[in-house]
Amino acid sequence: MLGLLKKEFLALLRDKKSRFVLIGPPLIQLLVFGYAATFDLNRVPIAIYNEDSGSASRELIARFTGAKAFREVGRITRQSGIAEFINPKKALLVLHIGREFSRDLSKRKPASIQLIVDGRNSNTALIALNYAQTILAGFNRTWTEQQRLAIPPARLEIRAWFNPNLNSQWFIVPGIVGLLTLVVTMLVTALSVAREREQGTFDQLLVTPFTPLEILIGKALPGVLIGLVESSFIVLMAVYWFHVPFVGDVAALYLGIVLFVVATAGVGLMISSLATTQQQGLLGAFLFIVPSIILSGFATPIANMPETVQTLTLLIPLRYFLVIVRGVMLESIPLSLLSDQYWPMAVIGFATLGLAAWMFRRRLY
Amino acid sequence: MNAEHYVSPDTSAKRLRLLGLIRKEFLQIRRDLSSIAIAFLLPIVLLIIFGYGVSLDAKHVHVGLVAENPGPETADFFSGLQRSEYFQPVYFSGQRAAQKALDQRRISAIVRLRSDFSRQLLNGHSAPIDVIVDGVDANTARLVSGYLQGVWAGWLQRRLDERAGGSAQAVLMQQRIWFNPAVRSRDYLVPGLIAVIMTLTGALLTAMVVAREWDRGTLEALLATPVSVGEVLTGKLVPYYLLGMGGMALAIGMAIFLFEVPLRGSLWVLFVTGSLFLLAALGMGLLISIIAQNQFVAGQMAIITTYLPAFILSGFIFDIDSMPVAVQTFTYLIAARYFVAILQTVFLAGDVWEVIVPNALALALMALVFLALAARRMPRRLG
Repeated sequence: MLGLLKKEFLALLRDKKSRFVLIGPPLIQLLVFGYAATFDLNRVPIAIYNEDSGSASRELIARFTGAKAFREVGRITRQSGIAEFINPKKALLVLHIGREFSRDLSKRKPASIQLIVDGRNSNTALIALNYAQTILAGFNRTWTEQQRLAIPPARLEIRAWFNPNLNSQWFIVPGIVGLLTLVVTMLVTALSVAREREQGTFDQLLVTPFTPLEILIGKALPGVLIGLVESSFIVLMAVYWFHVPFVGDVAALYLGIVLFVVATAGVGLMISSLATTQQQGLLGAFLFIVPSIILSGFATPIANMPETVQTLTLLIPLRYFLVIVRGVMLESIPLSLLSDQYWPMAVIGFATLGLAAWMFRRRLY
Repeated sequence: MNAEHYVSPDTSAKRLRLLGLIRKEFLQIRRDLSSIAIAFLLPIVLLIIFGYGVSLDAKHVHVGLVAENPGPETADFFSGLQRSEYFQPVYFSGQRAAQKALDQRRISAIVRLRSDFSRQLLNGHSAPIDVIVDGVDANTARLVSGYLQGVWAGWLQRRLDERAGGSAQAVLMQQRIWFNPAVRSRDYLVPGLIAVIMTLTGALLTAMVVAREWDRGTLEALLATPVSVGEVLTGKLVPYYLLGMGGMALAIGMAIFLFEVPLRGSLWVLFVTGSLFLLAALGMGLLISIIAQNQFVAGQMAIITTYLPAFILSGFIFDIDSMPVAVQTFTYLIAARYFVAILQTVFLAGDVWEVIVPNALALALMALVFLALAARRMPRRLG
């Protein structure tokens, strides 16, 4: 049995390139994605079209250009200038202040500003408008106080729990733990049986005294171990490099990691044992990885998906793991509350590994 | 040595060789149908899942409502939330029960009106409305806060209208969202997706083809024949280019007819830039294939270098301008980045040459670099 394991590890790590692929790119990707994958806006290009000459408009503009989210890229002096900035993507949004702005304000009539946004990426557009709304609300509040206008009868006091500054890195980086663990575990398992089958060595393995269960363990264990090591490392990086808080229970996280890695290795081996060539294995791996990440709730909330698609997400181990890793790191959800996340992964793991073992034997005849 | 260096007395022999290579590749495609699946099945499955599954528009957010002293004033405020399509109100009798529901993720926010809400309101004090949002998903939290602010502003205005009139806010914001006024997130996701999916298809189609010949030992046989490196690469490229363009045509057709994304630019621009992009993606696949020298490593490299970078660094979903500058430099290495910009522009805005030309040139350059590198790294003899 030990010999078998040793052979599997050697097959995986003997090739220098293969070794590198398992270690180098995931690390680089963690660092790059950790900073890249964010819905927070930073230094978004904004152009200003100000037709007003009063000081109030200048004050409002200063609030926009001074905000961290925006970066002024130019001033516009005529209507057609708006398209000249938006169309070639030189500015994501244009702040337009009309001629009557200061006059309306001083007459205590409601003044208005116009924001023109590039909707080619409508999500970014909405986020930008949201930021603008917040800036404007701040302006309004100060203005009301300065001018001693009637204060509104009620005010909103919004607090965000678990992530008071709404730093989306806290949401995304734990998600990347799941993403990279998924990819690495699939890399190790999805092609392994297919390779041996293509080379003909799998039949030799089947005629040895090893039972299919032993062969299965031999094939699954490298994936599980490598997945465990990499995910541990990424969690450490998340905490110590990205400073994502870790308020929960390490045991609750590790139970989740183990189940997730086993379930993923199971899916990988199942794909691998169904494939007769490595190209088919690769196709299968992609057909699993891509929807997994999209439908897991990594970037877009599952709650926004249509009912049928939400049902489909129940088959995806990453979906459960993301709840665990985010819950444990940010909210300290206790182990007992996570049981609904643990058992589906265990079921997926058992089912896929069982199917893989069954396929091992069938293919020979 | 390279056959191209000899002046061939018979150019038709060259053409025959090339045609033979292309035919051989097509035969192999027919034998293992997974290539055809990669070109056609992958785009169909992924577009349907993405197109129907991914939505960034938070609607029907479950929000817990707590009125510690229910009365007409609190009911009036909550009615605004009730009417909004963004919210699905859930009533709680006390703050503790609501917080428990938030902990269990059954609701995403709590709006609490304290027991003295009505009194403060009538006395002319500014009554606080306590809102707690679940901040774990910061993006959704921000959207929910924005929607709540809208409900609050609407309520203030209604109250003013009922009395003296006037405006609750000193300055109002009018918004114009160009190119996608209805803010259908599908309209920008589907074009971007085509780039992500074609990255996969392109690299997958070719990543295995040279590596396979290494594995099976047929590369030796091929090198022993008089074909040149250029001919081998062209022979590999042509069949998969045709397959890939077929897949791309299918994806664009689905975008227009199934997902009803408006196409405001011209089809030929999509065709030309799509060709350039596909050549870059295929070239990257070939390069992977040649570097890896076996299918196992080639497959691993294809998985790790294509999907996640195209998904996260292409600007398809995460805004590139907002990334730190060091990370932005990385995005220039991702071919999908240029194609996403072109696709979103041609579909939603039209033929804006200031966007199309530089991005198309970048794609052409990438295709050239990948193919040149592939040709250089392609072994001329077994070492």
